[in-house]
Amino acid sequence: GTVLFSPNAICQYFFLVSGEEPTDLTNQWLEWEATELQPAVLAALYAQLVQGKKGAEAVGALVKSLTYIDQSLSRRGTAYLARDVKSVADVVVWGALFPVLQDESSLPDELKVLRTWFQSMSLLEACRKAADSVLVPKGLLEFKCYLQKQPPPCLAVERPTSNEPEEEEASERALTEEEVAAPGAAWARGAAALPKPWQPQKPVLPVEGMRNVLITSALPYVNNVPHLGNIIGCVLSADTFARYCRLRNWNTLYVCGTDEYGTATETKAVEEGLTPQEICDKYNAIHADIYRWFNISFDYFGRTTTPHQTTIAQDIFQRLLAHGFLLQDTVEQLRCEGCQRFLADRFVEGTCPFCSYEEARGDQCDKCGKLINAVELKRPQCKICRGIPVVKPTQHLFLDLPKASLEEQLEPWLEQSWTKGDWTANARYITRSWIRDGLKPRCITRDLKWGTPVPLDGFCDKVFYVWFDAPIGYLSITANYTDQWERWWKNPQQVELYNFMAKDNVPFHSVIFPCSLLGADDNYTLVNHLIATEYLNYEDGKFSKSRGVGVFGDMAKDTGIPADIWRFYLLYLRPEGQDSAFSWSDLMLKNNSELLNNLGNFINRAGMFVCKFFGGTVPDMVLTPDDKRLLARVTLELRQYHQLLEKVRIRDALRCILSISRHGNQYIQVNEPWKRIKGEEEDRQRAGTVTGIAVNMASLLAVMVQPYMPSISVAIQAQLCIPPDCFVLGHDFTCTLPPGHRVGTVSPLFQKLEHDQVEALRKQFGGGQVRSLPAPASGTPPAPGDPQLIQELMEQEAKQGTHVRQLKASKVEKVLVDAEVAKLLELKKQLALAEGKSPEVPVPKGKRKK
Amino acid sequence: VPVLQTNNSPSLIGLITIAAHLVKQAKKEELLGSTAEEKAVVQQWLEYRVTRVDGRSSKEDTRIILKDLNTYLEDKVYLAGNSFTLADILMYYGLHPVMVDLTVQEKEKYLNVSRWFNHIQHYPGVRQHLSNVIFIKNRLYTNAH
Repeated sequence: GTVLFSPNAICQYFFLVSGEEPTDLTNQWLEWEATELQPAVLAALYAQLVQGKKGAEAVGALVKSLTYIDQSLSRRGTAYLARDVKSVADVVVWGALFPVLQDESSLPDELKVLRTWFQSMSLLEACRKAADSVLVPKGLLEFKCYLQKQPPPCLAVERPTSNEPEEEEASERALTEEEVAAPGAAWARGAAALPKPWQPQKPVLPVEGMRNVLITSALPYVNNVPHLGNIIGCVLSADTFARYCRLRNWNTLYVCGTDEYGTATETKAVEEGLTPQEICDKYNAIHADIYRWFNISFDYFGRTTTPHQTTIAQDIFQRLLAHGFLLQDTVEQLRCEGCQRFLADRFVEGTCPFCSYEEARGDQCDKCGKLINAVELKRPQCKICRGIPVVKPTQHLFLDLPKASLEEQLEPWLEQSWTKGDWTANARYITRSWIRDGLKPRCITRDLKWGTPVPLDGFCDKVFYVWFDAPIGYLSITANYTDQWERWWKNPQQVELYNFMAKDNVPFHSVIFPCSLLGADDNYTLVNHLIATEYLNYEDGKFSKSRGVGVFGDMAKDTGIPADIWRFYLLYLRPEGQDSAFSWSDLMLKNNSELLNNLGNFINRAGMFVCKFFGGTVPDMVLTPDDKRLLARVTLELRQYHQLLEKVRIRDALRCILSISRHGNQYIQVNEPWKRIKGEEEDRQRAGTVTGIAVNMASLLAVMVQPYMPSISVAIQAQLCIPPDCFVLGHDFTCTLPPGHRVGTVSPLFQKLEHDQVEALRKQFGGGQVRSLPAPASGTPPAPGDPQLIQELMEQEAKQGTHVRQLKASKVEKVLVDAEVAKLLELKKQLALAEGKSPEVPVPKGKRKK
Repeated sequence: VPVLQTNNSPSLIGLITIAAHLVKQAKKEELLGSTAEEKAVVQQWLEYRVTRVDGRSSKEDTRIILKDLNTYLEDKVYLAGNSFTLADILMYYGLHPVMVDLTVQEKEKYLNVSRWFNHIQHYPGVRQHLSNVIFIKNRLYTNAH
């Protein structure tokens, strides 16, 4: 028949046969016993029998496991591990522990509950019999022989850390006495416990005595429509951080713009029959639109093709020249006389000198993969006009990176920046490799027309190489924002500079650009914190515009999925330690589970209870010790959120928000205010307290979520009528909505994403297809003619109309009024649909909040 | 260690525990075994997966696992005998990184494991994003067992 070799499985079998089904909890205990307890027991037995240790030392390896059992028993309050009667879990765990512990005196004193349990198990007749027959005759000698033959067990196995379980432990750890007591005080102070919100003057300039934060995102190349990977890597990450900084009342400036010079633009201009300037104008607008849709809060979004760029770049160049950091050299390049230009590598095609492939490109052969120089190609041809280029010598200028005096400045600066700043690990690693490979002179000029002209005799027909020129764009873009730009860019004492980028841009920002600035020697602000992301892949592969694979910035809008959902998902996936991948089914899952069922559900319920049970007014709250524990937990998460975001760990901080709302949901679930409100005075009061605390948690979440989902944040603020003064981040969870505060109309924040909808989108963006008409908007309109629905809608519309009038009369902030007006219009539209009329939706003239 | 967090009930910790929970939720309890004996066998191999397979740390450990499984699978279609169960699924996932690295000779040596693995990886819905491991049908190294 069947053979079983696992003791746990055998125990399970016996219990099952006698009528006891396994439960999730007993399964969990058995799994824990097999994976965690057994190795610990083995180590303890080894210590006792082979190494001869005694007492507490012998039990040492087991302490963590014993504590775990003790805590579980206490927390659950049951006499046995799974419930009040013994189960398979107790037998299995006791069986593992008995050989080591023999009697309870070897158990640490503090673990009282554990001792009680162990005692009662040991006294059971079945257990005593087992112990007697197996262990008493020869004691533990059997074990000793076996153990002596094994290598000593190593318990210090570091399991590779993964984000989720680590934080689960952190948030579930026991709160200390102080942690529980402290938040109560801050809670009571209410809004007074928060700092006053502060707005910088425009234009934003460094202020003495404040923390001045300058944030740049890598300038997107103007020619390419950004895809989701570009967006999360740069502008969106920087935006989330910038918003956080502002909520912390730090004086923040966030600049970015399009990088416009270079070959690609020149070529595209010829293709489209426009001038390079016209191309740039066209595409700069496309970029700006996309980022506006994604709610990116630039203080200024500019471009590199301005007179300021020329001035500043040429100035830096002159200084480098004067300080002797430039070299001149002759380079042999292919020149096409037909096009009157020197050809960049990728514009040359010819026969590979190694494998004779006839369509080898000028930098690498597609067939044999070998790297080549364009001049080595046999029978080269200009890809544009098919003419035959000739090899011609041309003079170029090089930034002399290896020059001792430059390297001597670079290394100490890097050391200092790394020590004091928050560079991401990949940025450090990449920079170190680059330097270790040995710095070489980098060519900073090119034979092109579209670029910043080189101000030197003999080089006047050349321009700066785009990678020398582009980072200078940060400075010139700022110069276009304010003529006091030098207060940001030549002010390392007062300014903290954050550079956001994808990892392929790191060497330029960590070595080449700082060297240019150090060499120019004009007290330039250098990067303090270099934040680089890994790559975002798309489903199983990579984004590709040419093959139509992946979602590009201008297409996101047409999917009908709101910008804040995209923001949330991309930030949730932010590739920090390693590459991550965009997945449509995962987007749907996260939207439905985290946004709809977790965050949205909690905030909606909290608000709804205030409206339905307490007439729209926050009720009195009488805090129990359990409530205070909840306050402490929320404060813990809030502080964790701060700790993480200060270090730009954007993805992890988002988990804190979701964790708070999860606690909120559990809190409501356990306390059942919807039932209690129907009960006696005491119950109703309890319902009031729970509702009040919940809606205050929602108020906190509204602020915490602003850097991630700004529109949702505004919507919650409007629904709960959170006072503007409370829209700022403190370090304590405080009562911002006190008893008596009136909330507005609460409505769902998120919509469910349906499987069919998402499947259709995935096919649409899967490549190999012509881009079809946009997918239908999410959410189905109500069936027309339903009388109950019409009635409900009419009531809601009337209420909303009154509410809007009240708001306007009370001169509340315009954005809140606008949000309510939008809701009113939406209700009118739904009512019209329900009544079977065609809805005329007048476009609301609300301004979008930047 | 995987943790399942839900909005309305306490968290569950542990791969087997979570998997069993999800199986019950999906109303596919047959995946846990039909008779008490079968259930015990499924339990046993799930435990084997999270202790012996996941905890393997040397080539020797891997060799022992493959040898044990090969002997065990000599006369069985699935780990639980004749029924496809959760044990097959989780063992497949646990062993995938091992199987991917085996040489043709090793795959032949552990013939029963290969036969079982190839069968499971073709089961609808199991393989997901994992790579398909190739098994050659012709014997190259031995003509006898």
